[in-house]
Amino acid sequence: MAAVMNTEAGVSASARRHRSLGRDAAGAVAILVVAVIGYFLFPDNLALLTRIVAVALLVLSLDLVTGYCGVATLGHAALFGSGAYAAGILSAHYGINDPLLMTLAGIAGGAVAGVISGVIILRGHGLPQLVLSIALIHLFHEFANKASSWTGGSDGLSGISADPILGYFEFDLYGHTAYVFAIVLLLIVFVLLRLIVRSPFGMLCRGIKEDPLRIKAMGASPKAALMKMYVMSGAVAGVGGALNAITTQVVGLDSLSFTLSAESLVMLVLGGTGSLFGGLSGTVIFMLFEDYVSAANPFHWLTMVGALLIAVVLFAPKGLYGSAAAFFNRRKEAGQ
Amino acid sequence: MQTVFSIAVDALAYGMVLFVISIGLSVTMGLMRVVNLAHGAFAMIGGYIASYAGRDLGLGYGVAVIAAVVGTVIIAIPVERFLYRRIYGAPELTQVLMTIGITFCIIGIANYVFGPTLKTIPLPSGLQGSADLGFRTIPVHRLFAILCGLAVAGGLWYAIERTSFGVKLRASVDNAAMAAALGVRTEIIYALSFAVAVGLAAFGGVVGAELLPVEPYYALRYMVTFLVVVSVGGAGSIPGALIACLVLGGIDTTGRYLMPEFGEFFFYLAVIAIICIFPRGLAGRTK
Repeated sequence: MAAVMNTEAGVSASARRHRSLGRDAAGAVAILVVAVIGYFLFPDNLALLTRIVAVALLVLSLDLVTGYCGVATLGHAALFGSGAYAAGILSAHYGINDPLLMTLAGIAGGAVAGVISGVIILRGHGLPQLVLSIALIHLFHEFANKASSWTGGSDGLSGISADPILGYFEFDLYGHTAYVFAIVLLLIVFVLLRLIVRSPFGMLCRGIKEDPLRIKAMGASPKAALMKMYVMSGAVAGVGGALNAITTQVVGLDSLSFTLSAESLVMLVLGGTGSLFGGLSGTVIFMLFEDYVSAANPFHWLTMVGALLIAVVLFAPKGLYGSAAAFFNRRKEAGQ
Repeated sequence: MQTVFSIAVDALAYGMVLFVISIGLSVTMGLMRVVNLAHGAFAMIGGYIASYAGRDLGLGYGVAVIAAVVGTVIIAIPVERFLYRRIYGAPELTQVLMTIGITFCIIGIANYVFGPTLKTIPLPSGLQGSADLGFRTIPVHRLFAILCGLAVAGGLWYAIERTSFGVKLRASVDNAAMAAALGVRTEIIYALSFAVAVGLAAFGGVVGAELLPVEPYYALRYMVTFLVVVSVGGAGSIPGALIACLVLGGIDTTGRYLMPEFGEFFFYLAVIAIICIFPRGLAGRTK
């Protein structure tokens, strides 16, 4: 026992870095495996899977500010929708149909929306913060509705048609290309986010969540760090929005809605905040559950979703992934 | 002039309905520190019960109102006992998740039991038509809603400022642990004020049914409005909630009359402005 502890303590920093890199690789492989399984399980419903990936990017982005920084927001779809509209407007109004450029536009749009949201939402704490975020998403929504010459208003922005990726891979009717494109984007974002949340900057953000006053006393500025995180979060959500615009070829007002914001928060808390896997698993479980239940029993699906949420709060307060991880950690400790 | 007057009456009526529904939320949020997104769902239940009693059973309006309040409180008690008790003191995100879950459940059940259509609550003949004020006529129902709001505000002010229950309630809002140490049975205060809050929500749901029509997605549609009003007013403050309701009701109604194409744009712009200037709400106390 003592020897084990000693070797544990003696693990050098480089070995630890090695191990966490190994974990990153394992995470990426896990995403790939799930993606392949999904491909074979739902060959006729790749559109749903692609949509799940787009929403998963939104939930990951929400996890950055909520899970890692402790910002309570019910308005995160503002970032997602801005990315979607940026990508869509580039294609529909400027005729730039390269999917990678559209994704870049989505990142830029999301980041700008992140700056705006961050400036407003970070002014409050607790309940006022929540209400500010609600007001913000409604403002975005009404603005997009009003600027209908650019956004198509309540009819949605149509006329988006993406060119083949890199000139080779055309978006086919069955959504194969779209799905692969989505998974590749998700993998890239996932690896980048793993690096960010483990960096000193990511640790600083966690510290801010625990105790902003102490971080201030240590000489760091919580506000600046949170703003930076908000911009990154906006970029990630923008990728999701752009992906949605490219693959569905339409951007609707629902991508800027309070409902989407609330659902993404629900998915995040369902999976477990403060871990990227929590966000991912919450998204997959919630969206598959919603899809299955609403198809099986359209009358009762809202009741069942509600019951699922209540059950999670009562029996798995850290979220499904968080509670499972805690359970296995306890088992491991008990085993030693 | 005519427009100004009708805007003013509608704004006042709308603000008062908002006040009746959200004052309960304000008190419970100040007291129990629960972000209760399910409050609108209780108002909706009240509306449904009143509609059922008035339209299908053919009972009078007064009876329907009483049935709505009592019925909603009876439904709410087990919900409080078994679900809300678990989330007192929990992080806000947990509370949001739980209360959204409750809201979803209630919406689903209401949709199943009553169907997706709008429900009307038959008004007695005394509340139909319009009243002549000499220089203008206004719908009696609006007047009734305004009077109800004033009566609730007055009654609550009296109960909180002048009765021993109010003293205990204020003590628990300020510092629950200290109040308990001084012999206040805080759990009874909690349960009572929750019941009053839910009853007021049901009452507001019935009285305001003309302005906020009762349908299954009522709970979701107005849940945000109620929460916003409470936050702008400052949780736990009656004057704050009253001012917030009148100001926001006024802005919303004016916006809808004069610039309907902007929707709720000005409402939420005002919310952001007010919260940025008064982060604790209009009548919020600094800790």
